[in-house]
Amino acid sequence: MDLNEHLFRHESSRMVAALTRIFGVHNLALAEDVVQDAFCRALEVWKVRGVPENPSAWLMLTAKNRAIDIVRRERTARTFAPELSRALDAEWAIAPVVDAAFAAHTIRDEQLRMMFSCCHPQLKEDVQVALILNILCGFGAHEISSAFLAGRAAIEKRIARGKKVLASAKRLFDLADAEFIARLSVVRRALYLLFNEGYHGASAESAVRVELCREAIRLTVLLLDYPPAATPETHALAALMCLHAARIPARIDASGDLSPLLDQDRSRWDAQLVTQGLDHLDRSASGREMTAYHIEAAIAATHAAARRVDETDWAAIVALYDRLMGIASSPIVALNRAIAIGERDNAERGLDALGAIADRDRLDRYPFYPAAMGELELRRGNRDAARAHFSAALALARNATERRFLTKRLDTCNLS
Amino acid sequence: MSEFVYLYRITEAARREAMGTPERAQQSMQRWLAWMQQLESKGHLKDRGQPLELGGKVVRGTQKTVTDGPYAEAKDLVAGFTIIQARDVNEAVELSRACPILDGGGSVEVRPVMKVNP
Repeated sequence: MDLNEHLFRHESSRMVAALTRIFGVHNLALAEDVVQDAFCRALEVWKVRGVPENPSAWLMLTAKNRAIDIVRRERTARTFAPELSRALDAEWAIAPVVDAAFAAHTIRDEQLRMMFSCCHPQLKEDVQVALILNILCGFGAHEISSAFLAGRAAIEKRIARGKKVLASAKRLFDLADAEFIARLSVVRRALYLLFNEGYHGASAESAVRVELCREAIRLTVLLLDYPPAATPETHALAALMCLHAARIPARIDASGDLSPLLDQDRSRWDAQLVTQGLDHLDRSASGREMTAYHIEAAIAATHAAARRVDETDWAAIVALYDRLMGIASSPIVALNRAIAIGERDNAERGLDALGAIADRDRLDRYPFYPAAMGELELRRGNRDAARAHFSAALALARNATERRFLTKRLDTCNLS
Repeated sequence: MSEFVYLYRITEAARREAMGTPERAQQSMQRWLAWMQQLESKGHLKDRGQPLELGGKVVRGTQKTVTDGPYAEAKDLVAGFTIIQARDVNEAVELSRACPILDGGGSVEVRPVMKVNP
C-alpha cells in the first residue's frame, strides 16, 4: 500500500484539532507531542509490518489511546479544555469524551475554530499565515521559510509568538461568537495571502508554491463546508483561487521556462478547476456586495472564457480593473490594469497608464514592472528602450526561473 | 545463503528528530518503506521482525533485581530487528548501508545468526 503524499501533514492538522479539543488550546504543545509520538510509533510499526489498510484511522486511534492515557494520568495535576473539564472528571467518561473529540464533524469544527483563532486580530497578517501553515497545514518552520524566502529562525519566532497568543486565549474561537462575521473576513484575507504567496511568491521552488495554493484552496473549501461561513464573498474567494490555480500547469512551458498568461498553451489549463471556479463565481453572485474577491474572480473568469488569447475581452477586463481600483487600489492592480489597457488599445496607451501609476515607487523592486514597460516598448518597435527595461527587470529577478525568462526576453530585443 | 539479524539502534532524541515535522515524518517513512521493499524484492528479507518499545524492565543478577530501563536518555537503544538473508557478512553489511536509520544518527548492528550444524 502506498502512502498518500500528504498523509502526515493532513493527519497532523486533524489530530491536533481533536487533541486541542480535549486538552485545551493552552496545551497545544502537548497535543503536538502526542502527534509526534503517533508518528514515531507509526514509523516503528509500519516499517516492519507494512502500511495498514487505513493509515489515517491507525494514526487517529494511536493518538486517541495516548490522549486517554494522558487524561487519566494527569487530570488531577493539569487542567484540560475548560469546555470538557466536568466531563473529564469522571473516570468512566474519559474514553467516550475522547472518542467524541475524534468524530469527523468535531474535527472539522475544531479545525475551523483553530483557523479562526490563528486569525486573531492581535496577530500580524504574516504571523496569522505562518500559524495556519504550521498548525492547519502541518508545515514545519523549515518548509515555511523556504516558501517565504525568510530565515528559519525568523519563521520559528513568528510561529512561537503566534502560539503564545493562542495559548493565552485559554479557549479557541467560538463559532457562535458575535464576532464570527468580522473574524471570517480576517480568515479570508489570510487565506488570500496564503494563496498569493504560492501563486505570485518569490520562492524558486515551484513545487512548494503549488502546495501553498493547494492548501489555500483546501482550507477555503473547509470554510465553505460550514454553512455560516459559506457567504457569497467566501465563494468569490474560492472562485478566484480555482480560476488562477487552473493556469498553474501552463505557467511552466515544455522547456521548463516561465510562460506568461498571454503566451500560455491554454489547452493545458485545468478544465476541472475552471469549472469549479465558475461554479463558485455563480454562487458568489447572490449577495449585494461586490468585493475585491468578486472582481478578481471575474477578471480571471474573463481570461478563462477566451480559448485563444486574441479572443480575450480586454474592454471588459479594463472595466473590471477600474472597479477594482475603486475599492482595493494597489500598485500591482494598477500595473495589471495598465497591461490590459495596452492590450485593449495600443502600446502607447499602455505605457501612459504604466507611467501614471500613483505610488509607482512601491514597485521599485518588482521585476515585472520594468518587464511590462519592456514588452510594450518592444511592441512599438523601440528596441533600445525595451532592452534597457528588460535589463533593469533582470537585475531585480528573484529566482532562477525569473532570470531565465527575462534573459530570454532580453535576447528577443537583440534578434532580427 | 546465510541469515543475519539487523539490530536497529537509535536514541529517542534522534527518533523524534527524524519524525519531527509531518513532512520529515513522511520522508522518513517513505525511505524506510522503500528500503524494506528493496530488501524484499531482491529476496533478502527473511523476517520483517518486530518493533520494540524503547522502555521496559531489566532483571539483573542472582538477586534478580528488577529496574526500569533501558532509559530513554540512554544511547543506542535497540528499537527493533529484521532478519535477512545474504551470501556473507560483507553482503549483509553492504545491504545495510542504505538503511535510513543511518541518516538519523542511529546504527545497524549486523549479526550473523549462529549456524547450529555448520
